[in-house]
Amino acid sequence: MNILGISSYYHDAAAALIADGAIVAAAQEERFTRKKHDESFPAHAIAFVLKQARLSLADVDAVVFYDKPYLTFERLLETYHAVAPAGLRSFIAAMPVWIREKLFMRSMLQRELQKLGTLNAGVFFTEHHLSHAASAFFPSPFDEAAIITIDGVGEWATTTLCHGRGNSIRVLRQIDFPHSLGLLYSAFTAYCGFKVNSGEYKLMGLAPYGNPFGERTRLFEQRIRTHLIKIHDDGSFVLNMDYFAYTTGLTMYHEKAWKELFGIPPRERESEQIAQEYMDLAYAIQQVTEDVVLRLARTARELTGARCCCLAGGTALNCVANGKLQRAGIFDHLWIQPASGDAGGALGAALAYWHIKQGAPRTPKDGDAMQGSYLGPRFDDDDIRIVCRDLDAPYTCFDDERQLCAEVARLLDEGRVVGWFQGRMEYGPRALGNRSILGDARNPDMQKKLNLKIKFREGFRPFAPAVLESEAARFFETAEPSPYMLIVTSVKKELCNPLPPGYHDMPLLDRLYVTRSPLPAVTHIDFSARLQTVSPATNPRFHALLEAFHARTGCPVLVNTSFNVRGEPIVCTPLDAYRCFMRTEMDALVMGNALLLKEQQKPLAESSDWRKTYTLD
Amino acid sequence: MTFLRELIQFFITRKKVWLIPAVAVLLLFGVLIVLTGSSAIAPFIYTIF
Repeated sequence: MNILGISSYYHDAAAALIADGAIVAAAQEERFTRKKHDESFPAHAIAFVLKQARLSLADVDAVVFYDKPYLTFERLLETYHAVAPAGLRSFIAAMPVWIREKLFMRSMLQRELQKLGTLNAGVFFTEHHLSHAASAFFPSPFDEAAIITIDGVGEWATTTLCHGRGNSIRVLRQIDFPHSLGLLYSAFTAYCGFKVNSGEYKLMGLAPYGNPFGERTRLFEQRIRTHLIKIHDDGSFVLNMDYFAYTTGLTMYHEKAWKELFGIPPRERESEQIAQEYMDLAYAIQQVTEDVVLRLARTARELTGARCCCLAGGTALNCVANGKLQRAGIFDHLWIQPASGDAGGALGAALAYWHIKQGAPRTPKDGDAMQGSYLGPRFDDDDIRIVCRDLDAPYTCFDDERQLCAEVARLLDEGRVVGWFQGRMEYGPRALGNRSILGDARNPDMQKKLNLKIKFREGFRPFAPAVLESEAARFFETAEPSPYMLIVTSVKKELCNPLPPGYHDMPLLDRLYVTRSPLPAVTHIDFSARLQTVSPATNPRFHALLEAFHARTGCPVLVNTSFNVRGEPIVCTPLDAYRCFMRTEMDALVMGNALLLKEQQKPLAESSDWRKTYTLD
Repeated sequence: MTFLRELIQFFITRKKVWLIPAVAVLLLFGVLIVLTGSSAIAPFIYTIF
């Protein structure tokens, strides 16, 4: 049975295809349209997953959408009714798209699908949080688990605690809109000057710059807990809607109330300097978020008795909280869906239909069923050769993988930055060694170079390490594999340099450039690192490269950041990769077996300023 | 007509029959709302609708 899962029309549209329960392909629409977080109907992603499965649309037995539109409509109407007349502006903004499109979701989906082929399948709808829960539990290696899903909002639910067992998922507890941990975090994202629904991870990256010992940080946290969110012992919470504007207006918070509460105005977006107050605020909300997650986890453990836990929902991308959860020891094992956001809902919807509606049995695999999350399109050497020929781009072809990896290791050792384009594209927001930009983690200038000259993004942003799985425990406080870069842990204590006196009072950039460990490019301001462990089973080529680098330098760690510039989706095709390579100060690009060096390339002819193509995230 | 039947059944199942008049008015005035409203989502709010 072939099942097509779709997420669309809110943010991060995606498609996923499963065949008799096996995940065949999945991809986000943004990678094809080159529009970040593209929410439009994922025609390209659907065409890809069908092609990958060697199927036509006529072969699909069921199409499953990741959300129940009528339930969302009910939530909207009840909310506007409850706050009337205050929500009129929001009501007028929301209703046209519902009257025009979203109320007619079934026929809209059918119409869009029929443009791609003959549709024989019925169209079904799962609840949003059930899609998340299914995306977390069904591919996991656990036969039984507590499942925690947390996001901004689905239909009504913003948080659920579920019990997964075999092929079933039972929802045990639910928190409903407007009380939402995801929306709370988004409100602080906006207040600290980042873009809602794309800047949340920047807030997470900013938080460690806050002064953990400062009186102001303590005061901020106290005010958040007293005035904004009431957290109960079991992790359930209530937001004080006097401070939030998203039920009545088109912003997240009431500015006057927040200014009075925190004593600072909202930070202007794209302002160059970030004052210490905003770092302290970021730290404070991160502490509160982690507290909620841990309490929910304890409750989930009590309710289910399960020793394993699965996480999904956009807030499950808060990998600092995930790391704290792992170390808390509430559960023996933790598994997080790599595509935890709405894109993963497409996969979850398909799996929910297969296991829950069809009752198909489930046999958890060793590891998991995500195939390293390498579920997107692959381009072979012929495709790459054609692109290089058409671009008149000189390259050297290596038929021997060992020689290729040795040469790339040499370039990395010399401080060069290398674009690495291999195999099937990743599904989810992280680059895991197939669409990656790589650098030497030992290089103290690498963080600055990557941020300012390659990614063109804010200077405070940290970078994450990829490390040989067998060597990870030498450098990081970790006992388990972490293949999806979803857990933040610490650099090993014995590798951490002592901090200079007055460190927490130093300006941001001065703190940033203190050398904190032998891996300065991937050691964040608080000695943390968002780890990816690489095994030969899931990514043999990336593993081979890390081994080559290790053999040359004695260091099995590289900086692994996503292959894109700020505001751009991760590259999908060889042409995307070449463009990104030529638009930045990357030194080399490896696509398949082909190595391209920047000094050999002709300038890229572009008709307009490419920076205007991408909206800053 | 399938859509209307589904929607009404939905509200009955959810015991939210009191919302049906609001939806009816919305659909009746749908053309006006579509013509005068905007579906642009401000960049400062999460996509809750």
